[in-house]
Amino acid sequence: METLEPILAEHPFLQGLEPRHLHLIVGCASNVRFEAGQFLCREGEEADQFYIIRHGKVAVEIFGAQKGPITIQTIGEGEILGWSWLIPPYHWHFDARAVELTRAIALDGKCLRTKCENDHDLGYELLKRFSHVMEQRLEATRLQLLDVYGNNS
Amino acid sequence: MATILENHSADPMMPVPFRVQRLRQDTYDTFTLELQPANGVRKFAFAAGQFNMLYVFGVGEVPISISGDPAKPQTLVHTTRAVGVVTKAMRKLQRGGMVGVRGPFGTHWPVAEALGSDVVIVAGGIGLAPLRPALYALLARREKYGKVVLLYGARTPEDILYRRELERWRARLDLEVYVTVDRAAGNWRGNVGVVTTLIPKAPFDPRSAVAMVCGPEIMMRFTMLELQKRGVATENIFLSMERNMKCAVGFCGHCQFGPAFICKDGPVFRYDQIKELFAKREI
Repeated sequence: METLEPILAEHPFLQGLEPRHLHLIVGCASNVRFEAGQFLCREGEEADQFYIIRHGKVAVEIFGAQKGPITIQTIGEGEILGWSWLIPPYHWHFDARAVELTRAIALDGKCLRTKCENDHDLGYELLKRFSHVMEQRLEATRLQLLDVYGNNS
Repeated sequence: MATILENHSADPMMPVPFRVQRLRQDTYDTFTLELQPANGVRKFAFAAGQFNMLYVFGVGEVPISISGDPAKPQTLVHTTRAVGVVTKAMRKLQRGGMVGVRGPFGTHWPVAEALGSDVVIVAGGIGLAPLRPALYALLARREKYGKVVLLYGARTPEDILYRRELERWRARLDLEVYVTVDRAAGNWRGNVGVVTTLIPKAPFDPRSAVAMVCGPEIMMRFTMLELQKRGVATENIFLSMERNMKCAVGFCGHCQFGPAFICKDGPVFRYDQIKELFAKREI
């Protein structure tokens, strides 16, 4: 039977991963698809997954009283959605909604956490890669907060 | 390149009268002025990236990049934001009103030098205005270039400049246009995030690409880092600086940038030639 291994191996996030680690990750992976408007996750819910986006676009939102949903970031092809599965108490901090038809690979967080505990090399490798994603997102967020295009720029 | 002598006056400090043909409000705080010479001169030759000093009589003078098509020198086009006394007065001008023009001044985008290469244009906020003439020039000879990519970042969807034109550009099959905003609410279905996040995914070959960048300095600093991370050589990156230009001919020193003057040695610089200066906090 054809597995997701070749697709995962080619994805920028997992490129260069040792085959044995890739093999472990594939066991936690499944193909998913979201129609435009469908939520991938909701703030406060248990973060038991993360997503590798293959096609489409996802808006990361926060819901403000009297303001409605505010998009703080969009994530597209080749990018990663979600790291709450990695950090206790494993709850989503934002909503994520498909802006258009989105295809992704969902990775089961519980399954991966167990595998990372059993194989710290895998855990460290994943942590390094997620740290890089977090660093990029933090930097982008800071730039957004600077409001560089405003009147005072 | 056209000079002020060819265009109008022998004295670069002497404004030449232009008449307002049209004033269009682009966003809540930006507007575009279309000017025509009032003294019978029919053309205003300029190169993409150059700027003019615009004088609102009795109020003052400001440097503003030319944002029109270099192939259409009959009309002089400027887009600016109403932020100071002069630009606020300029926004109130009516059709037929007079403006003094000195220029064009400064260096230009390397449109000719980029022939045969991929071109990536990175614009932030009103920085799209000085890059628009470069886009016109690239599109006029589209077959002479590889991929042409426009990456544009704005504050919010309401701040997007040249919205209709962007839509037309986006519809072209020979131009890749990506727009992102820093924040969005409501029914915005486009990208949200800073413009630098578009660079890793943009479809151009970094080994041959020429990058033209304009926006706030902070945005340009991070853009330079991303372009270099992507593999674009520093000698292929060009940026337009905006500092306090007053005389526009390198006399007054207001826009001194190390050993250079932005007004005459810029505003368009090759990045490797100002890389060290660009990183200095006080210059």
